[in-house]
Amino acid sequence: MQLVGSDLVCVRGGRPVFSGLGFAVATGQALVVSGPNGAGKTSLLRMIAGLLRLEAGRIDLRGGASELTTAEQAHFLGHQDALKSALTVTENLQFWTRYLGAGGVGAALDAVGLGGLAELPAGYLSAGQRRRLSVARLLAIKRPIWLLDEPTAALDVSGQGRLAELMHKHLAGGGMIVAATHGPLGIDADKELRLGL
Amino acid sequence: MDALAAVFIRDMRIATRIGGGALMGVLFFLAVVILLPFAIGPDLALLRRIGPAILWIGALLASLLALDRLFAADHEDGSLDLILLGRSPLELVIIAKALSHWLTTGLPLVLVSPVLGLFLNLEPVAIGAVMLTLLIGTPALTFIGVIGAALAVMLRRGGLLLPVLVLPLTIPVLIFGVSAANAAVVGPVPFATPLAILGALTLMSLVVGPVAAAAALRQGSE
Amino acid sequence: MALIDFANPSRFVALVERVLPWLVVATLFTFGVGLYQTFFIAPDDYQQGATVKIMFIHVPSAWLGMFCWGLMSLASLGTLVWRHPLADVAAKSAAPIGAAFTFLCLVTGSLWGRPMWGTYWVWDARLTSVLVMFLMYLGLIALWRSVDDPARAGRAAAILTLVGAVNLPIIKFSVDWWNTLHQPASVFRLGGPTIDPSILVPLAWMAIAFTLLFVTLHLAAMRTEILRRRIRTLRLMQVHSAQGA
Repeated sequence: MQLVGSDLVCVRGGRPVFSGLGFAVATGQALVVSGPNGAGKTSLLRMIAGLLRLEAGRIDLRGGASELTTAEQAHFLGHQDALKSALTVTENLQFWTRYLGAGGVGAALDAVGLGGLAELPAGYLSAGQRRRLSVARLLAIKRPIWLLDEPTAALDVSGQGRLAELMHKHLAGGGMIVAATHGPLGIDADKELRLGL
Repeated sequence: MDALAAVFIRDMRIATRIGGGALMGVLFFLAVVILLPFAIGPDLALLRRIGPAILWIGALLASLLALDRLFAADHEDGSLDLILLGRSPLELVIIAKALSHWLTTGLPLVLVSPVLGLFLNLEPVAIGAVMLTLLIGTPALTFIGVIGAALAVMLRRGGLLLPVLVLPLTIPVLIFGVSAANAAVVGPVPFATPLAILGALTLMSLVVGPVAAAAALRQGSE
Repeated sequence: MALIDFANPSRFVALVERVLPWLVVATLFTFGVGLYQTFFIAPDDYQQGATVKIMFIHVPSAWLGMFCWGLMSLASLGTLVWRHPLADVAAKSAAPIGAAFTFLCLVTGSLWGRPMWGTYWVWDARLTSVLVMFLMYLGLIALWRSVDDPARAGRAAAILTLVGAVNLPIIKFSVDWWNTLHQPASVFRLGGPTIDPSILVPLAWMAIAFTLLFVTLHLAAMRTEILRRRIRTLRLMQVHSAQGA
């Protein structure tokens, strides 16, 4: 499976943020997108996820499930955590697995160390714990393409280490990652993209 | 299908746990029904004649004002982005959300209307007719209202703009709802005709509303 | 000069500037003929006298109000479906003009009815439908102005315009129903007596004149809007370069 983008243009507020952008990332590879704020990292991820319309260029997924769009085979970890405070930790995760398809809520929670808090309302979680719950969501929704927007934000050192481990496992298991970040992620970038220069 | 049921159940859970939404709507309905006699005067005969109209206006305003949070909450915490990544058609997801919103906000208005009908000196037939027309018509108001709710998310605006945009679209529902309620009491038109048209409006809005709202949400995520 | 010129804003502006003087002349000419016909050819009504001639402004205004919503609907399809670059410019420029014609229809209708009804407004079915349409125009204009980014506003307005287009016939039907319920005696219809050829010809001239007026105003407004957006882009570029690369 290969995700290829070519001639991509991003326009915000009437001015081009980037143009003529291309990238290619294959199964088992991680593409790291870096650059200053406003360079268009989030926009690029949203374009791949199908949340932002392409003004020009194209993004193709070769070799994936042909009856599904790219968006349906990707999962997006954005700046926000998509958590409902009124629902418990388990209920939050269960909703997403039922809606986006897949399972393994209990195992996912254990993998990020939230197993003990499963029945607590999500409103009580700290910022770092909420982030970990989002990572659990990534694990439970077994989609091959991970689109991560600053995944290490709000995570402490051990949390970042755990995330790096999970990312390695995902890549080894045949997934691919496109991650936007300011700082180091703890994994080797197979491909790199620098925006805003 | 399981995905849509998940959306419905989640929204119902949140609405029932946080609460307040149904109560707010009912209180606003009550406030409107109480305000009007202060403005009109306690002439019971007059209130009985325009009672169905007052109840419909109150229910309409209460329905519309409650809708602007429908998508805003999901937009603010990032859930909307993930919902757009799902495999179910967005239109059906919106119907599931609208349905749960109606059950938790619209239906309470219907159930409370008989009590408010007593304040307006309505006779039992009128109260029954108003309840029935509200039962059929408030879902239409919700489905039309989701258009405004989706545009609010698209424009990142709230306030009065969205009710102003949506109110003209609800005029047909209002006309036929009140007409049916009055027809049950007074005639001259048989009750079934405007009631059937009201039902048709609800079915039409079931299609037009979610389709337009889905278009707005997709455009708005950019 | 191909159809593609309509898609390029600069070429479009140049085209408008060439065509506009001719359109102004044509508009003035047809108004001249139409007004002459109205005052000197069309007969007075046996019941209303000369006031029936307000109809020659009132009826074309109503038509233009509806025509404009139809035009905006087409433009909305252009924005949402074909992503034509000038579609939302066309829609945004048309809205205030359509609202103005609708308002003119309401005012002339009210003035026309005053001698017959004794008041300025009696919730006549047709006028009430036009009033609702006027309200929808105002809402649409408010929506255009509520957001700074013209592209985002354009998409929202496009959706609302199309929803409005679907709803306007339903609203018309509902208002007619409502009116027959509440006004059993037939109130004097603003349509006047049956259309007679001596009325039809001046009416047609006025309709053409109004349509030309609309086209003239619309093209001028589109040009202004394109220039306005250019200024906005220039200002954004200025801000961006001032921040330092």
